[in-house]
Amino acid sequence: MINIKRAFSVWYRNFTVYKKLYKSSMVLNFVEPALYLLAFGIGLSSYLKEINGMPYIKFIAPGIVASSSAFAATYECTYGTYVRMHYQKTFDAILATPVSLNDLILGELLWGATKSLIYGTIIIIVISVTGLVDSWTILLTIPLIFLSGLLFSEISVISAATVPGIDSFNYFYTLFMTPLFLFSGIFFPLDNLPVVIKNLAFLNPLYHMVEIMRSASVGGGVTVGGEVTVGRTDFINHILWLITASLALIVLPFKLMERKLIR
Amino acid sequence: MEIVVAKGLVKEYNSLRAVNCIDFIIHRGECFSLLGPNGAGKTSVMKLIYCYMPPTDGQLHVFGLDVRRHASEIKARIGVMPQENNLDPDLSVMENLLVYARYFGIKKKEAIKRAEELLEFVGLSDRAKTNVERLSGGMKRRLVLARALINKPELLILDEPTTGLDPLSRRQVWEMIKREQQRGRTLILTTHYMEEAQLLSDRVAIMDSGRIVETGSPEELTNKYGGTLEDVYLKLTGKRLLGGEVIIGEAIKEE
Repeated sequence: MINIKRAFSVWYRNFTVYKKLYKSSMVLNFVEPALYLLAFGIGLSSYLKEINGMPYIKFIAPGIVASSSAFAATYECTYGTYVRMHYQKTFDAILATPVSLNDLILGELLWGATKSLIYGTIIIIVISVTGLVDSWTILLTIPLIFLSGLLFSEISVISAATVPGIDSFNYFYTLFMTPLFLFSGIFFPLDNLPVVIKNLAFLNPLYHMVEIMRSASVGGGVTVGGEVTVGRTDFINHILWLITASLALIVLPFKLMERKLIR
Repeated sequence: MEIVVAKGLVKEYNSLRAVNCIDFIIHRGECFSLLGPNGAGKTSVMKLIYCYMPPTDGQLHVFGLDVRRHASEIKARIGVMPQENNLDPDLSVMENLLVYARYFGIKKKEAIKRAEELLEFVGLSDRAKTNVERLSGGMKRRLVLARALINKPELLILDEPTTGLDPLSRRQVWEMIKREQQRGRTLILTTHYMEEAQLLSDRVAIMDSGRIVETGSPEELTNKYGGTLEDVYLKLTGKRLLGGEVIIGEAIKEE
């Protein structure tokens, strides 16, 4: 029921618009990760030199890749998708062509994941050249950024299909994305927190991505006195978690959009 | 040959019946108009024909294909000029056409060729690189018409093509529509302007509250009921369509 070529024609439409506008939006999107690195990495590291043998700024940098790429997908598929659907009526224009609603939604999801990939990759390059990455293995995470971007796009399109109006995304960001961001293990390890929070973290997609990124950034672990202190993680389980979650949610964006647009 | 055949067509939104059990046939090469005020169900009928949504009940075949099962095939052969100018505001005139061509799977080289021809046709060749937001209302409308023609459609759907335009722009759009008619394209038009219906239609269906209350050529209808098309409408539905002064009012609002 889905035609990949038509889905890519929607992807191409979004890409065409992005190519025209990226100069103005791109810089802004990197100000935020840069600010986090400056504020926490430099500001906080005068008090907190290192976490388990790892300099603090190096501890948070790979996590910022995970969060910034995730937010790139969510902005795209909440505000971006909503504006295209509701204000610009781009969806109506597209649906008058052979592109079906399923093709259209797949195109949106793939585009959201692509934005994750673009932002994640660029931040990886930036933190690599500034010496915040110890291992080349961080490059292996690039396809996983696309995967996590797809998952966040799904969540965002679900939200775009269910909000009563564009202002309601405030709830989505304040009550959902911000807690995910703060309790993902970017800024502090979750190991010593109460079991409840640790268990909740297991449900947080960003937590899995942060674990993957940090471990890859240090090549599987930082060793202090013969013991791995930071970065040992079970890649396979985290990747399986992300794949399972993406598959579990994949039908919802399509079904909910159909309910919203075509009654 | 029949392009569109509807039998007992029904569309309900929640519990509202927007299209209430209608039958009609549209033949190849004719201009078939749906006439009625806002809320009569015209746009719903259009949206059913271009497979934006499935019918709640009844039969609808376009090019002999069932709309419920062959939406993409049908849409590939239709051009739609929607009521709202849903152009891509961030893109130029040319980019709008090229992006749209891609939805139809038209190759880039062919798309550029067609886009250039169409911009020539609608008189926007010198605006190809202009951002669409900088176009006037009439120019946007002509671009939407050009966009609807990018796939060389057999059936052209025009949903209030000139609403909100000033008289000059309206006449320009009419000229272009008439040229498409002469090329043998089948047209479906909705309007609430009598002059437009009179000028373009071969046959008119008068709609009221989701039903078609009468069908015939403008001459047949005016001969049968007397007076103008507007009088016919008033006699059949007890309602008035928008008059000339409202047209001027809307044109001013648009400026």
